[in-house]
Amino acid sequence: MSQAPAETPAGTQADSKKPLLSARDLVQEFVVREVGGARGGIVQAVSNVSFDIMPGETLGIVGETGSGKSTLARAVLQAPRPKSGTVTFRDMELTKLHGKALLSARRDMQFVWQDPFGSLDPKWTIRSIIREPLDAHAVGNWASRRKRVEELLDLVGLDPARYAKRHPRELSGGQAQRVAIARAVALEPSLLICDEAVSSLDVLIQAQVLNLFEQLRHELGLSYLFIAHDLALVKQVSDRVAVMYLGKFCEVGPGESVYKRPLHPYTRALLDSIPSTEPGAARATATLRGEPPSPINPPSGCRFRTRCPRAADKCAAEVPEPRELAPGHLVACHFPLIEDAPADSAAAVPAQVVIPTAPNTAKAQG
Amino acid sequence: MSPTIQAEGALLEVEDLRVAFAVGGREIRAVDGISYAVEPGRTLAIIGESGSGKTVGCRAIMGLLPTGTQISGSARLRGTELIGLSDAQLRKHRGSDMAMVFQDPARSLNPTMKVGKQITEAIQAHRKVSKSEARERATELLRLVRIPAPERRFHEYPHQLSGGMRQRVVIAIALACEPRLLIADEATTALDVTTQAQIMELLLELQQDMDMALIFISHDLGLAASYADEVVVMYAGKIVEQAPAKQLFGAGGTVKMRYTRALLDAIPHVERPAHTELPVVTGRPPDPSALPVGCSFAPRCPSAADDCTAKAPALIEHAPGHRWACWHPCENGGAA
Repeated sequence: MSQAPAETPAGTQADSKKPLLSARDLVQEFVVREVGGARGGIVQAVSNVSFDIMPGETLGIVGETGSGKSTLARAVLQAPRPKSGTVTFRDMELTKLHGKALLSARRDMQFVWQDPFGSLDPKWTIRSIIREPLDAHAVGNWASRRKRVEELLDLVGLDPARYAKRHPRELSGGQAQRVAIARAVALEPSLLICDEAVSSLDVLIQAQVLNLFEQLRHELGLSYLFIAHDLALVKQVSDRVAVMYLGKFCEVGPGESVYKRPLHPYTRALLDSIPSTEPGAARATATLRGEPPSPINPPSGCRFRTRCPRAADKCAAEVPEPRELAPGHLVACHFPLIEDAPADSAAAVPAQVVIPTAPNTAKAQG
Repeated sequence: MSPTIQAEGALLEVEDLRVAFAVGGREIRAVDGISYAVEPGRTLAIIGESGSGKTVGCRAIMGLLPTGTQISGSARLRGTELIGLSDAQLRKHRGSDMAMVFQDPARSLNPTMKVGKQITEAIQAHRKVSKSEARERATELLRLVRIPAPERRFHEYPHQLSGGMRQRVVIAIALACEPRLLIADEATTALDVTTQAQIMELLLELQQDMDMALIFISHDLGLAASYADEVVVMYAGKIVEQAPAKQLFGAGGTVKMRYTRALLDAIPHVERPAHTELPVVTGRPPDPSALPVGCSFAPRCPSAADDCTAKAPALIEHAPGHRWACWHPCENGGAA
């Protein structure tokens, strides 16, 4: 794999290029039915999420189970369609497209899911699995498609002579995921949506697949929407990272900035939960008590406030709007970590993050 | 803590444990002669890829493998030999002396039974206590594993609980009879990082309180570095490296096996800059029915030489407390 001499600067908003994908105010809700079909409540899975992905850029999304990150990915794909909001992909408004028009728009947007075996038909050979999208979109003729399948297998590091005739059950998890990737890139998409795509793999295989993603990024100029619950994994592949909690982005910014100088208390808690391979240095501390509240009745104001050590009265009253506090680095928090904790919060102690503030600002805010 | 415990030495001693399955006339050696010991109050991490034999080895000790599995060697729990015991004899030890927690809590719990009842059953299976005493103890256990409002949760079904809560219930059941040994098999793998940290801390705290020995099986070396006293690395059914966690990881770490190094290097790390290539070893673990003559890792090893394929290196204690099986061990912990 070639090393990239110059990377695209992370999170360039100033870039004159138009975004490849642009989502605005996406909302996805599901009605929960109780026994007998009575309306039980509405799960607010995704609430007013907006983001852009530039050509060649990787946006990573991290969050806990139930944060809505997979629902968000599916809303982008229009499967199912979001309740409101817009998704603009290469100047096409996906939420307005139907039938064949939507299918052909989605051709450039492919996805890789967590369970490779679940996304590969067990009765098909690897060759037919990878060829299917080429057949469906009638790319070239029979011979050229056959050749293309072999190129694709080569690209993902599987020997066509050995693997083309096999069935998914004859593959290991890592190999099956490679087949799923080969299939996803068969039509040369410009955007690959990966939902926990490497999470079920052993660490050595996972590293191989991550390197493959990196290689495809260089060779095909792919953009990624990379969703995972593992923070280190997301950091590894992403230019920008969004942290999601209960259906909302609480922090978005360049990877380095978000991980080195987190602004949202939730991001900090997630980072503190990572087990370190440096013993003694810092054991992962369970800084976050309790569990996310139900998305059926999310807390008023800031949705994280019920678990936040810095929560104050203002957090229950007002929904925090995203603010840009560092270049390209947005946070939706009334009391971001560059400021002292509010005086009426449980953690009325100075923030751990460096930038010092005058001691009396806390009072002023409270 | 308990007076019955031997004053000195290990709680569990495993010696030359071998497990083989016969599949289609071929012998699959899943565990190929492993030895280790765990002391009360200590934590041992068994690390390896899928198929390395880490789970099978522990299931053999628990007596949880299908009949027809060939198990040989020895596993002594407080001096009692477990290998060769009948199912009925083993059942007495399971739950009361040793317990196991698995990866998927949803599958360890009965979906049609209230969680309180499931814990009560576990207590009554091993202890002669009245129903009300068992219920009281069950509520106490729910409180012990930090389930909020235990009296209410007692009457709920598993599907009403989150993944982390379910795993707490499974742990409560495992702890019902105060086992001396708890084996956690990928118990936190399916959980979120924040929940994982909560469960690991809970396990370690309970371990200290009850002076339990804890074995946790994982593929995650990061978890081992953070929580284990002792680390065992398995590859193709064998232990390839064993050392105290402090000795293995960190700045002055003395990793000797290329395989352990490869596992460590392949972990994405928040300190790594984005888009950097991860060092990888190619290939796959060998077919357990056709293990190579020499070192099993040699076909994938970057520093393999002729002697590696000719003869398998034995697991030898080369330095105090540090055992490894390699002809050409890493210098300086293998750091590049």
